Amino acid sequence: MDKRVALVPGEQTFQARIDAEEKIEPKDWMPEKYRQNLIRQISQHAHSEVIGEQPEGNWITRAPSLERKAILMAKVQDEAGHGLYLYAATETLGITREELIDRLHTGASKYASIFNYPSLTWADIGAIGWLVDSAAIVNQVSLQNTSYGPYARAMVRICKEESFHQRQGYNIMMTLMNGSQVQRDMAQDALDRWWWPSLMMFGPHDGESAHSAQSMKWKIKRRSNDDLRQQFVDQAVQQAEAIGLVVPDPDLQWDDARGHYDFGAIDWEEFERVISGNGPCNRQRLAHHKRAHREGAWVREAMAVHEAKQRLSNEDVA
Amino acid sequence: MADQMQLYEVFIRSRRGLDHKHVGSLHADDAIQALEYARDVYTRRGEGVSIWVVASRDITASQESDCESFYDPLDDKPYRHAAMYALPEGVDSL
Ligand SMILES: [Fe+2]
Ligand SMILES: [Fe+2]
Repeated sequence: MDKRVALVPGEQTFQARIDAEEKIEPKDWMPEKYRQNLIRQISQHAHSEVIGEQPEGNWITRAPSLERKAILMAKVQDEAGHGLYLYAATETLGITREELIDRLHTGASKYASIFNYPSLTWADIGAIGWLVDSAAIVNQVSLQNTSYGPYARAMVRICKEESFHQRQGYNIMMTLMNGSQVQRDMAQDALDRWWWPSLMMFGPHDGESAHSAQSMKWKIKRRSNDDLRQQFVDQAVQQAEAIGLVVPDPDLQWDDARGHYDFGAIDWEEFERVISGNGPCNRQRLAHHKRAHREGAWVREAMAVHEAKQRLSNEDVA
Repeated sequence: MADQMQLYEVFIRSRRGLDHKHVGSLHADDAIQALEYARDVYTRRGEGVSIWVVASRDITASQESDCESFYDPLDDKPYRHAAMYALPEGVDSL
């Protein structure tokens, strides 16, 4: 018997669309696993945008000048917007914002592990903008071609806004590297602490990635973790050298044959430890989010009451 | 009043993956009829793969005349643009 007979008609159309590089839109039929996989990935992305505001927000009141403060506020404001675009894209898959926030709070849903590291000095704000946003951009550019329409369109919008993020971060590092010895040391120290966690942002090696094969077939993901990580390393090494920073990896070496940098082994035990809840700031990040959510409850309630009142008085007039 | 048809705004997605774009408006008695009219009026030559119709009275719009005060605080932030940050020699992919 022909194997394809076993497929439901919707599934054939679905896979044919994906294979033809067409987008899947919210009202199209899609396999339940595709839907769940997307909910997991897009909401994790949304949570990362929002939780990522915390290490940067930590320095808004202590930015070294009014201009740097305004820039950092504008950046953090963008990240809040990115969270919103992505939550809205997730909601087109038939899940509510409340459920998504709840999953974050119970730990059922993850966010990028890098935000579980502390921002100890002003140079960390430079390192985050330069490295963390660069890594995010490498990933997000590839996701502009993801198969789910609302996600792809959100990525296009986000990528447009990101370039200022990495530039302002790099600019902080550059300014410090042009400064005193103490400032240069501060920049180098930030790079030393953020380099490896940035490489971990791309996830496990291709052979060990739990969701990769199916996600590639469904074109939810477009490029492999290792492929994206290599691109990031190649760019960042050049950028570090241009301003006199030293990448903290003794095995780092240009490989002429491959046309890429070779780099040292990533500490996957640390990655596992942080992702499973035991990084330096995991508890603090979640506790802060929960508290902010709780403290905002009266605003949401007041808005609902106001809306109901408006509606009643409009009905009276009519 | 009651027998007057309602105004609907019509949005068309020309290709899968693209946003719906506003193309115009039409009168209809209800949303389903508006959808059928929109099909006949706006997509006779394969202009779209998906149509949205929205009752015009459900659209809340900003006023062009309020432009200055509405957008004012957004115009004086050049630092929101990547071009404001100069790059050092030898760095291009940023
Ligand atoms: Fe972002
Ligand atoms: Fe960003």
